[in-house]
Amino acid sequence: MAQVALRKVVKAYEGGVQAVKGIDLDIADHEFVVLVGPSGCGKSTTLRMIAGLEEISDGEISIGGRVVNDVPPRDRDIAMVFQNYALYPHMTVFDNMAFGLMLRKFDKAEIKRRVDNAARILEIGPLLDRKPKALSGGQRQRVAMGRAIVRDPKVFLFDEPLSNLDAKLRVQMRTEIKKVHQTVRTTTIYVTHDQVEAMTLADRVVVMNGGIIEQVGPPQELYHNPKTRFVAGFIGSPAMNFIPGRLENGAGALRVHLPGDIVLPVPAERTERYKALAGREVLFGIRPEHLTEAKNLDRPHVAAMTATPEVTEPMGMETLVHFKMNGAEICGRVDPGAPAQPGHPLPMAVDMSNMHLLDPQTGRVL
Amino acid sequence: MSQGTLIASAPPAVAPRGGLRRLARRNSTIAFLLTLPLILLILGLVVYPFLYALYLSTLNKRMTRFIGLENFTFLFTRETFWNVVFQSVLFAVSAVVLKALIGFILAHVLHALPSKGQRKWRGMLLVPWVVPPAISTLAWWWLFDPSYSAFNWALMGIGVDPVPWLGQSGWARFSVILVNVWYGSPFFMIMYLAALKSVPDQLYEAAAIDGATGWQKLRHVTFPMMRNIISITVLFSLIVTFANFDIVRILTNGGPQDTTHVFATYAFQVGIQSGDIPLGASVSLFMFPLLAVFAIFTLRGVNKRSKEMA
Repeated sequence: MAQVALRKVVKAYEGGVQAVKGIDLDIADHEFVVLVGPSGCGKSTTLRMIAGLEEISDGEISIGGRVVNDVPPRDRDIAMVFQNYALYPHMTVFDNMAFGLMLRKFDKAEIKRRVDNAARILEIGPLLDRKPKALSGGQRQRVAMGRAIVRDPKVFLFDEPLSNLDAKLRVQMRTEIKKVHQTVRTTTIYVTHDQVEAMTLADRVVVMNGGIIEQVGPPQELYHNPKTRFVAGFIGSPAMNFIPGRLENGAGALRVHLPGDIVLPVPAERTERYKALAGREVLFGIRPEHLTEAKNLDRPHVAAMTATPEVTEPMGMETLVHFKMNGAEICGRVDPGAPAQPGHPLPMAVDMSNMHLLDPQTGRVL
Repeated sequence: MSQGTLIASAPPAVAPRGGLRRLARRNSTIAFLLTLPLILLILGLVVYPFLYALYLSTLNKRMTRFIGLENFTFLFTRETFWNVVFQSVLFAVSAVVLKALIGFILAHVLHALPSKGQRKWRGMLLVPWVVPPAISTLAWWWLFDPSYSAFNWALMGIGVDPVPWLGQSGWARFSVILVNVWYGSPFFMIMYLAALKSVPDQLYEAAAIDGATGWQKLRHVTFPMMRNIISITVLFSLIVTFANFDIVRILTNGGPQDTTHVFATYAFQVGIQSGDIPLGASVSLFMFPLLAVFAIFTLRGVNKRSKEMA
């Protein structure tokens, strides 16, 4: 049972480079939190500081209410799954999983009970006598998780555990990890650069960028209410479109004026929120899934526009259309049956209830 | 396309010249030709001398008559020979153990140094191994001189009586082992350092999280990961140390009273200096079965482990 708390945590390297710039984060007991962000955003460094593998330059980290800044990793009661699994190549699967218990002087019967239990959860019972070399990538991943489970630690730490697996196995193991968490309910901190993993696994997602936390929240909240341009662009695939435009006050209603004389009405319930911004240059943000072939145009929030795709990408269940608007690359998702062809104008619909307006200077969502 | 394939798969009997050309182009043929110089070298410098030594060992002193195993049975009756066996084993085993130990410690110390200073220290620590042993042993011989040496001078400075480094059996044995250890430790150090650098950091991190102390990491991670390198280095060094000639020859020439002779120096003394080449050949052949047994067991273990781990 453990909460994890980070207070103004800083990691600075020689020469003054700060990988993590004073972050605050509270993780509740049993919670599954995913740190996500691009390479170099400080997510792995943060995880390694929680593990005790990196020293903290400033601030405070506590696990289960105890400040662990100067506590070595072995006394933090955590378990970690590494990207390349870090299994001991000279030990059998059983010994790999038992190693931590053996060092902690558990008696043999208890070690066997725990390893067998973890092997049952992860369905690796028949592999216990093998050496890691004789295992596939997915099996090694399970053993690495087993090694964490047997310890019954306060916190699980995962450092990009699925990056070395192929796409199909990754999806499968993602589900496995979720199942394991639902079974053991241990507080989990998971680092990934893959926003799909973050969205599917997390109770709460922490989006990091440039050593700071951009936003913390449940996956749906980050998707629907991003606070910054970075979060809006990072969460969701394909990424949100950003089109420079102007917010205008016309005929009693607000509207967004986009390049190519496209004018889109702002839904009435947003008028109050944006009223003071009329006349300002804004970035209009819209996700590809809200930019479709012309449909539902009779609904109040749906506006019509026409675009000429440069490229179409049929995906089977949908087709991605790419077009340019005043230099900005725009992507829409249309029905595979829609008449989308490169070079031919395509009537489209914009779901304005899912629009976002951003400050072009600060990148904040308005 | 299909025609070309048909021609290529035609049996060689149809076109013998094409067959020859194909033979020359086959990978195994090329591999054999490329290794041929080495094979010839080994045949000329290892196999032939070995077989010739076998042949010599069956002849009488004047090399005129076949006497079977008489040279060997004669050696078994000689106390000096058993002294040589004892000294060779003592010399090789204690020197190799010490070299392995010191090399292991030095490698760890070097590995722990920040990479900036590491190269400098690595270079300096390799010096004993780089200097030709005949020359460095001469310097040691000076250091061991009973009357004018630095060692005895230093000992006298602290009020200790001079030590007959090379004049007394015990000290002489100690001295030849000391010089061999000094000369050979850097080899172990550099091999172990390479092995240490090849252990992934994440294994240590995993061990740290699993709860291992520094000593436990060494025992359960570093040591098993280095076992193959340790085995091969020990085997290699044991062979070289058993066959050592120069250090003993220069420092003690086998004395005092033949107590520091090893196989190579004793074979040289008997064979070349005393003119009994067949007996010298018999002495030198004694190393072979000892080392062969050890080598077979070591390489078997190495092979098994690398199959399981790599």
